[in-house]
Amino acid sequence: MAGETLLELKNLKTQFFTDDGVVRAVDGVSFEMKRGETLCVVGESGCGKSVTARSILQIVDYPGRVVEGQILFHRQRQEEGKSEVNEIIDLAALDPRSRAIRDVRGKDISMIFQEPMTSLSPIHTIGDQIIEAIRLHLPVSKEEAEARAVELLRRVGIPRPGDRLNAYTFQLSGGMRQRAMIAMSLSCNPSLLIADEPTTALDVTTQAQILDLMRELKDEFGMSIMLITHDLGVVAEMADDVVVMYLGTVAEKGDVDSIFHDPKHPYTQALLRSIPKLGLRAQGIRLDSIRGMVPDPYNRPGGCPYHTRCDDFMPGLCDKITPPPIEMGEERLVRCLLYGDQKAMADQTQQTVKVR
Amino acid sequence: MTTEVQPVSRENKQTGRPIEPVQPEHALQDSESRVYVASQYTLMWRKFRKHRLAMFGGIVTIAIYLVVIFAEFLAPFPSSAFSSQYTYAPPQPLHLFDETPDGMRFAPYVNGYKVEIDPVALRRTFVVDPEEKIPVSFFTRGTPYKMWWLFKSDIHLVGPIEYDADPDRIKIPVYLLGADRLGRDVLSRMIYGTRISMTIGLVGVALSFLLGITLGGISGYYGGGLDNIIQRAIEFLRSIPTIPLWMGLAAALPSSWSPLQVFFGITIILSLIGWTGLARVVRGRFLALRTEDFVMSARLDGNSEFRTIMVHMVPSFFSHIIASLTLSIPGMILAETSLSFLGLGLRSPVVSWGVLLQEAQNIRSVATAPWLLVPGLAVVVAVLALNFLGDGLRDAADPYGR
Amino acid sequence: MLQFILRRVFYMIPTLFVISLVSFAIIQLPPGDYLTSLVASMAATGETVDRAALAALEQRYGLGQPVYVQYWKWISGILLHGDFGQSFEWNQPVSTLLWGRLALTFMISLFTLFFTWIVAFPIGIFSAVRQYSWGDYVATIIGYVGLAIPNFLIALILMYVAFKFFNQSVGGLFSPEYQDAAWDWAKLWDLFKHLWIPVVIIGTAGTAGLIRIMRANLLDELHKPYVVTARAKGLSEERLLLKYPVRVALNPFVSTVGWTLPALVSGEAIVSIVLSLPTTGPLLLRALMSQDMYLAGSFIMLLSTLTVIGTLLSDVLLAWLDPRIRLTQ
Repeated sequence: MAGETLLELKNLKTQFFTDDGVVRAVDGVSFEMKRGETLCVVGESGCGKSVTARSILQIVDYPGRVVEGQILFHRQRQEEGKSEVNEIIDLAALDPRSRAIRDVRGKDISMIFQEPMTSLSPIHTIGDQIIEAIRLHLPVSKEEAEARAVELLRRVGIPRPGDRLNAYTFQLSGGMRQRAMIAMSLSCNPSLLIADEPTTALDVTTQAQILDLMRELKDEFGMSIMLITHDLGVVAEMADDVVVMYLGTVAEKGDVDSIFHDPKHPYTQALLRSIPKLGLRAQGIRLDSIRGMVPDPYNRPGGCPYHTRCDDFMPGLCDKITPPPIEMGEERLVRCLLYGDQKAMADQTQQTVKVR
Repeated sequence: MTTEVQPVSRENKQTGRPIEPVQPEHALQDSESRVYVASQYTLMWRKFRKHRLAMFGGIVTIAIYLVVIFAEFLAPFPSSAFSSQYTYAPPQPLHLFDETPDGMRFAPYVNGYKVEIDPVALRRTFVVDPEEKIPVSFFTRGTPYKMWWLFKSDIHLVGPIEYDADPDRIKIPVYLLGADRLGRDVLSRMIYGTRISMTIGLVGVALSFLLGITLGGISGYYGGGLDNIIQRAIEFLRSIPTIPLWMGLAAALPSSWSPLQVFFGITIILSLIGWTGLARVVRGRFLALRTEDFVMSARLDGNSEFRTIMVHMVPSFFSHIIASLTLSIPGMILAETSLSFLGLGLRSPVVSWGVLLQEAQNIRSVATAPWLLVPGLAVVVAVLALNFLGDGLRDAADPYGR
Repeated sequence: MLQFILRRVFYMIPTLFVISLVSFAIIQLPPGDYLTSLVASMAATGETVDRAALAALEQRYGLGQPVYVQYWKWISGILLHGDFGQSFEWNQPVSTLLWGRLALTFMISLFTLFFTWIVAFPIGIFSAVRQYSWGDYVATIIGYVGLAIPNFLIALILMYVAFKFFNQSVGGLFSPEYQDAAWDWAKLWDLFKHLWIPVVIIGTAGTAGLIRIMRANLLDELHKPYVVTARAKGLSEERLLLKYPVRVALNPFVSTVGWTLPALVSGEAIVSIVLSLPTTGPLLLRALMSQDMYLAGSFIMLLSTLTVIGTLLSDVLLAWLDPRIRLTQ
């Protein structure tokens, strides 16, 4: 099972059509996920990592929508009387309101969010919301669903799960809420769990517990996890593979070791330099930060989106050419003009200028 | 990144463009920098201008207040001038062009009236007589008045060319919006009514504002027991039906009071009940701001409490207050209109929209003279305009919101 | 829950006390007292003034004694004997004039409340879900206009239109043949046939306001994370809408009863004067005009009291609907 492809994003573009113009939140993102792996998507706020995650389930908030690209999901279906059937569906091609996409949501792919307080309804009980998720996709009676909900709550480590079924979110602590949220997301044995900054709103000890829980559950339920985060510590702890995003594009991707030990893209390098380390202060070294700000989403810089903040900026190249994905060994990819044949690229620019 | 100040000619090495020395080096995109450096008020104005209904409301509101200011000039007749001859005379349409021997010329006129006797009801009814023409003129001389109690003048925007200076009578009938029970000009009375109704809105809101900001401020800034008492008072005032209470209080005003005293009496009654909404807004803002860091630091810097409130806190929610004020004027206007309509508010000879609508209180007079309802239109237009304006201001007051 | 209700009832007591004080103040405000007016009116109609009766009345109301004694005599009469005093204009005890009209007033107000809800709720939802659509703009414009037209003006215009074009009178609550008839099913049906006119007129402003509130509340809720969660579960848009955001937006909607009810009672007072309905409004106006203050004061007090009780009921309903209120207090 492991090693098989689960999800492929191909040139995904999601745009927001606002009064002030079009925001290209996700601008041609491609990557692949394997069954049973944990993929971390990292980047600063506003880099499009959350929108990418939401695009997969087609739950991008109005006025945003997926405008281009493919989201190929390899679904295993147990059909009646037959053995497992493997089918590939393009989620990007489905109508966001259609039955087909709703069948995937919560069943094959489920999602948990950053703010467990606001991500659960304040006026419905935990049990109500979990049972709803179960009964939506599985043909079970109310009692069976309830029993399953209790079982799930117990599994995610909520004490006295039977009582908690009737609790409201405001009666639980932050950690407990996120556990309830995870229980809900597991209710139909999804093959992919998308976790959008699941620990950001929690305190540090609770964070660690939740991450541990997710790792355990991943193996137990045999699912893959796509973890959206800005926290490189979380990435180091959880990831098999890493996708680094900047301004709606993939800057670099690779397995966790090569990303951390041999970052190629100047942005990844800068990100890694900005992690605080113990003892630096005693040595009189100041923490690095990436200079400048993320550019205005309405006015994306031309060429490489990172060139306005890049230390290795090459005038005439980086602000003119959009870097193509450059393969750097197996499963490793970087989009930066420092790598690959610069002269060929420069020629390419000449041509594109002429064409215009 | 270095921050030394260099001459203006210094260029940004990335974009090759000369930049201002004060600008941060990562040369913001043009539009972006405009958003980042724009002052709060510039942002508000920009957001407000996008709100088309609010712009429209603002323009209408300004127009209405111009009527308030120039009432004497705009009204063809004094508000109390009457004519026993033309009771319930219908509106005369204003014609701008007339057939003269030299062809169509600009020569404004209105038609006169013919009197018919209704054989059934034995009532006089007026019909517009197309044969008779009464020449009128713009910027013409009419009844003398004293503008703002200061300047003497007798120029009116529109009026009959022949006129009689007697301020109490209308001899030449020019009733663009018809006449009432005593043959008074509805248009002129409406213009004078605008002055009173709109002023009562302003004065009432000013009084509510004083009460609201004081009590709401105390409530929000100090909290505790005082807050509790003030909140209970607000809840109390909001939980009882206002019109019966207003009626009771207004009826208690001594009948011996002069019209001016009644005016202020009514305004005070209205604002006594109307301050609660403002107090809530102010209190909410104070509660939110009290814990903000900039307020704390102002206090730690040794500012007095009064100074902290007036210099640091109030400016940060001033725009919200302005919006709430604008939104509470319509309530005042409607309340005054209702009370006066019932005969418990302002009294003749003071003219307000409500006093005018009182003329239309029974179905008989409305049936004979539907134009008596026109002041109601003024109420609706004014309230709508102020609501549009207030909504736009409220949205603009939070320029960083979505 | 029971504890919550008890606490709210307890909180209501000071409010009711203040209401009684204000009403008493209104009774006391006009110059001269009740007896002086009575003597004057009796003298005007040529009746002989009965000294003994006067003295009894003086004793009864504590006239000439300090204000707090008068207040005590007045309020204890009401609380202990249901005695609201005497209407000198009608020469009847206030209580005989009061209850029938008060019942009609509250019936109209409650019907109006339901009417505004039934109309405003779906329109508000539609407006929010289809934000910036044609329907939304129309609803918004109607909303603004509805708020801007005073109730009595709508009543006047409607009366004019009915009179002019249909030659009908829209005033009153009963047809002439039922005016003084005893209550039976036919009279009740006749009442309902007349009732919708004031209900619609009084309801206009309230409906407009509620549409705006429902729309704004729902717009706030529609983009909350829990809606995204529910969508990510695979719920259909319709089920999701009704189960989550609409349900949450319903709570502030219910809490608006607290101020719509007073507004409706206010509106009823003024509309019933224009339409000459046999409710409290016209009688209150007449009482105030002729300074029949015990009648006026009692009306004001009871209207306020019943409104406060109505608000209390809406609070209880809200607590029942919203676990956050029910369980955290």
